[in-house]
Amino acid sequence: MDNLNHLIEGFGHVMTPGNLLYAFIGVVVGTAVGVLPGIGPAMTVALLLPITFGLDPTQALILFCGVFYGGMYGGSTTSILLNTPGESSSVVTALEGNKMAKAGRAAQALATAAIGSFIAGTIATLLLVLVMPQIVDFAIDLGSPDYLAIILLAFVGAAAVLGSSRIRGFAALLIGLSIGTVGIDAVTGQQRLTFGLPQLADGIDIVVVAVGLFAVGEALWVAAHLRRKAGSVIPVGNPWMGREDWKRSWKPWLRGTALGFPFGAIPAGGAEVPTFLSYITERKLTKHPEEFGKGAIEGVAGPEAANNASAAGTLVPLLAIGLPTNATAAIMLSALRGWGFEPGPLLIEKQPVLVWTLIASLFVGNTFLLLLNLPLAPAWAKLLQIPRPYLYAGIIFFAAMGAWAVNGQAFDLYLLLVIGLLGFAIRRFGLPVLPLIIGVILAPIAELHMRRSLQLSHGDPAGLIGGPVSWVCYVIIAIAILWPLIAKLVRMARGGGSGSGGDGPTDRITISTEATA
Amino acid sequence: MTIVIGYIPTKQGEAALTAGLDEARAHGDSVLVVNMARDDKLVDAHRAPSQDLDRLERDLAESGIEHEVRRIEHGTDPAVALLELAEEVDARLLVIGLRHRTPVGKLLLGSTAQRILLDAPCPVLAVKPA
Repeated sequence: MDNLNHLIEGFGHVMTPGNLLYAFIGVVVGTAVGVLPGIGPAMTVALLLPITFGLDPTQALILFCGVFYGGMYGGSTTSILLNTPGESSSVVTALEGNKMAKAGRAAQALATAAIGSFIAGTIATLLLVLVMPQIVDFAIDLGSPDYLAIILLAFVGAAAVLGSSRIRGFAALLIGLSIGTVGIDAVTGQQRLTFGLPQLADGIDIVVVAVGLFAVGEALWVAAHLRRKAGSVIPVGNPWMGREDWKRSWKPWLRGTALGFPFGAIPAGGAEVPTFLSYITERKLTKHPEEFGKGAIEGVAGPEAANNASAAGTLVPLLAIGLPTNATAAIMLSALRGWGFEPGPLLIEKQPVLVWTLIASLFVGNTFLLLLNLPLAPAWAKLLQIPRPYLYAGIIFFAAMGAWAVNGQAFDLYLLLVIGLLGFAIRRFGLPVLPLIIGVILAPIAELHMRRSLQLSHGDPAGLIGGPVSWVCYVIIAIAILWPLIAKLVRMARGGGSGSGGDGPTDRITISTEATA
Repeated sequence: MTIVIGYIPTKQGEAALTAGLDEARAHGDSVLVVNMARDDKLVDAHRAPSQDLDRLERDLAESGIEHEVRRIEHGTDPAVALLELAEEVDARLLVIGLRHRTPVGKLLLGSTAQRILLDAPCPVLAVKPA
C-alpha cells in the first residue's frame, strides 16, 4: 500500500504544466522516431542527452521515458502499413500486420496494436510499481562482488544470448569495454589507452560515443544504401475494431503482457525475444489457425502488447539496481550519472520524488500515446514521405552540435566521426550494437566494483565471490557460455537431434531471417 | 510525334492525362505516360499503384492510341526525369498538371512545374483540374 501512496504522490507531482509538457513532447517525438525505420529511441535519447543536461533531471527523465514508450507504439505503424519494421521490437508485428493491411484490415491492425500497447503498458507499469520496491529491498544488501557478478551476467547475456552469432556479440562487447576503459585509472592514476592525447585523459564522453554510434553510424549506413524504390501509400481510415476483433484481441494482449514484462527486466531480454515468443504462443493457441500467415489479428495484438510490457520491465532493473537491459536504458543510466545520481537501490530512497514522478508520468504518457496514436495513425504514416537526405542532414547536425556542446572542443568532433565510422563498420559486419553500448557504459562501474571487492579482500580473488547472488550469476554465466557444448553433449548422448532440441535452433533461424528481410 | 504525359495519382495527374490524350487524338500522336516515384523516400504519395497503371494500360489499348506506360523509380527529381525523357523521345509536347503553390511554398519546396516550364526542350501544356 505504501507504494500506491507514493505513486499517488507522484501523480500529484507530475500534474504540473511543465511536467505534462515534457511527457507530451516525449511521446510525440518517440512516436515519430518509432515510425521512421532506422531511427529509434536509443538514437533519439542520445541526441537529446546534451540538451537535457541543463534541464531538471525529473523532466528530462520524463522526456526520455516518453520517447522510449512512444517508440514502442510508433514502430507498429510502419510494420503494418509498409512491411518494414519501424523498430526491431516490431519485426514480428509485420508478419501478420502487413497481411492484414493488404487484406484491407489496416484500420483494425492499427487499432489492436495501439489499444494493446496501452493496456500492456498500463498493466506493466503497475507491475513495475509493485515489483520494483521488492527488488530494491533485496538489492540494498548486495555488496560489490554481487554487483560485479550481476554486471558480468548482463555482459554475457547481451553478448551471447541475443543476436545471431556469439563471436560477434563478444567482439562488440570487447570493443565497448575498451572504449569504456579509456582515460585515467581512478585507483592508480595511470593513463590508459589515451595514446598520449590529453583530451582523452578524462575518458570519452558517453554523449560522443552514443551519438556517434547511433546517429552518425546510422546516417553513414543509410547514405551507403540510400537508393531504394519507394512504396505506395496504403489507404487507411481511422483505426477501429469490431466486436469480433475485441473478442479475439484481449487474451493475446494479456498473454503478451505476461511474456513481455519479465523479459524486459532480465538482461539479454530486450523486446525482440518476447515479441517472438508471443507470436509463437498466439499461433499455437489461436482458434483460427487458418488465418495465420494471412493476417490474423492475434498475431498483431500479442507481440505489440509484449513489446510495450517489456519497455516497462526494462525500467525495473534500471531503477532498482542501476542495470540497463537495452540500449535506451543504458543511455538513460549514463544520463542519471551525468546529473550526479548514483543509480542503484539507494536511488529510490534518496530521490523518491524523482522516481515516483517518473513512474506516474509513464501512466500519463501511455494515455497520451493512446490518444495520439489511435485517431492519428494515418497522419503519423505521412512521416514516411520525408525524403531521407533531409532527415539525416538534420540528424547529423544535431549529432555534431551535441558532441560539440559536451566540452566545446573540436577534438570531440573528430572523435564523433571516428566512432561514427566504427558504428558503420559494426553494421557492415553484423555486430550487435547492444553489447557495445552496455560495455561502454558499464565498464567503469564493473571495474569499480571489482577493484573494491579486491581491495576488501587484499587482492585475494576469492573476494570476488560474495553472497548467493553472485553464485547464481556465475552459474548462469557458465551455463550461457558453455551452452553450445552442453547442447552438443546432450544431443550426442541422446543419439541425434530430438524433438525439443530441434525446436530452439529453428526458432532462432526464423528470427534472423525476419530481421534481415 | 510523341506526347509525354506526367502522371500522378491525383486529380492534377488525371487532368494532365485527359488533356494529353485529347491532344493525341486530335493530331494522331502517340503518348508516353510516365509515373515517377522518388527513391529517397520510403513512401511516395505520387507513386501510382500497380492497379492504377494496369487500368491506364487497358484504357489506352481500348482507345486505340499508340501508347507506352512507363514507371521511373530512381532519381530524386521528377522535373529532371520528365525533361530527360522528353529529350530522349524527341517529344512534340509535354503535358503536366498544375496545382496551387504560394510564393513561400515555392521558396521553401521549389516547384517542379516551374522547372519543367523553364527547361523544357519542347512546348509544355500545363493544365489545371476542373
